[in-house]
Amino acid sequence: MAGNLVQGALFTVMVIRAGLLRDPAFDTELAEQVRRSPRFFKNAPVVLDLKAADGFGEVAEFAAAREILRRHTLTLVGIQNALPAQFEAAAAAGLASFAPNAREPSRRVRPEPEPAPEREAPAPLPPASPVGRTRLVTEPVRSGMQVYARGGDLVVLAPVSPGAEVAADGHIHIYGALRGRALAGASGDKDARIFCSRLEAELVSIAGRYLVSEQLPADRLNLAVQIALVDGRLTVTPN
Amino acid sequence: MTLILRVSGRVLREEARVSGRRKEEAFLAKIIVVTSGKGGVGKTTTAAAFSAGLALRGHKTVVIDFDVGLRNLDLVMGCERRVVFDFINVINGDAKLNQALIKDKRNDNLFIFPTSQTRDKEALKREGVDRVLAELKESFDYIICDSPAGIEHGAITALYFADCAIIVTNPEVSSVRDSDRIIGILNSKSRRAERGETPVSVSLLLTRYAPDRVTKGEMLTVDDVKEILSIPLLGVIPESESVLRASNTGTPVVFDGESPAGHAYLDAVARFLGEQRELRFLKPDRRGLFRLIFGRA
Ligand SMILES: Nc1ncnc2c1ncn2[C@@H]1O[C@H](COP(=O)(O)OP(=O)(O)OP(=O)(O)O)[C@@H](O)[C@H]1O
Ligand SMILES: [Mg+2]
Repeated sequence: MAGNLVQGALFTVMVIRAGLLRDPAFDTELAEQVRRSPRFFKNAPVVLDLKAADGFGEVAEFAAAREILRRHTLTLVGIQNALPAQFEAAAAAGLASFAPNAREPSRRVRPEPEPAPEREAPAPLPPASPVGRTRLVTEPVRSGMQVYARGGDLVVLAPVSPGAEVAADGHIHIYGALRGRALAGASGDKDARIFCSRLEAELVSIAGRYLVSEQLPADRLNLAVQIALVDGRLTVTPN
Repeated sequence: MTLILRVSGRVLREEARVSGRRKEEAFLAKIIVVTSGKGGVGKTTTAAAFSAGLALRGHKTVVIDFDVGLRNLDLVMGCERRVVFDFINVINGDAKLNQALIKDKRNDNLFIFPTSQTRDKEALKREGVDRVLAELKESFDYIICDSPAGIEHGAITALYFADCAIIVTNPEVSSVRDSDRIIGILNSKSRRAERGETPVSVSLLLTRYAPDRVTKGEMLTVDDVKEILSIPLLGVIPESESVLRASNTGTPVVFDGESPAGHAYLDAVARFLGEQRELRFLKPDRRGLFRLIFGRA
């Protein structure tokens, strides 16, 4: 085993505010959300945000939180915004630390995680082929709605409205106007692309790299385009 | 691309998308919610005008105020001094339906179901609303629900039982976005959606349309709004001072034969009933300018 022992990758993870766990309505509301999109939540990783949360200085509290989330098919993987005491307890409970935290013993706090540098050498293993199947959406994705194709591609046969968000671990194809946000390669696949019949997006992202509306090249707006990650940069080319 | 063929009481959902034609289904629409997400766009004005328009066309119609706590509908309908019992009383079983319904003085087909000003929206219990609507269905052709603004309990309860929804939108970005949001909610949270039945038939009513401001680029055009919302267009109601006059005198604007907004509402009602009507009032009103020049009001 030589080289490339550790590689960087960017992931989309759900974040839940720790205080919410104590809210009596939390259980029913989460259950309702999970019921609506079971595939989205199934065994999905969750980070607990401890910002302004009282307590959580004991290992047992993290174990309890893990148990609550487990009941909703979610997996607690780490914490964020921890105070030093909370940080220790979380570590003892086997939870990873996601920046930012008040003080981390071993790592520098970065305001924004930098993507892993592009490597010259070829990766030792090709990324696992996506296991999920393509998700097909035939109705407009409207403001406030989120659609996520876990482990596969997303095909939308209608417009994506401003204020709506579509995401996929694979490619995203939109046979209509993209006016909201689109996040392809949401689990870090840099080869993922976004295709749309008309670019009016609020945000486009591939494997964690993103462009907001005002960064989109003006001469590509309102055109049919594809968006790809080339040498670490998002490029928008007309179709 | 969305093709608008017809929006009517017997509703044909007919949308040709890239994917091809969608299956056509017909159902008898009884419960119509007037909703928007955003506040102050003209829902109550529309509920009043639309119910009066249906009544004028011979359909027995009741208009219900779901805006518990604000209670505007009875003012706009001009029956505020005849309110004894209200929607919440009937939901709670404290009064009978016929004790609370107010018959319109101008049209025998039209009834107003006022709401409570002293309660809050939490008083709208879903089972109670279901029971009352079921009873109303027995004796009315159409039940119009005037929704409160927002996307919370009151608005959700107003749209939950709907067969049809009239999405009231103003030609401006925030109103369009909120309408889009409420359409998504209709598609996911209505009873029809929950039961997997034929979806609620949704159509767009663009109100407070000021053609001169649209021409100047200060407001979105009809096509802009249609394009973003991609639902069939039921009508365009021009911005008109006659609307304010109508609500101040408690007269639904369709009773004002002089009002362009009144005519536009009657056109929308006709389209809803399956007739073809050209869109009107999309161009700046030259006559208005003329009157101005000759100093007449
Ligand atoms: N076509 C129009 N031309 C001019 N004024 C209008 C028009 N439609 C509505 N208005 C005015 O806009 C204001 C708001 O209308 P209305 O009360 O019907 O809105 P709403 O959506 O019911 O509001 P809310 O969200 O508070 O219930 C009123 O003053 C009304 O007179
Ligand atoms: Mg109102």
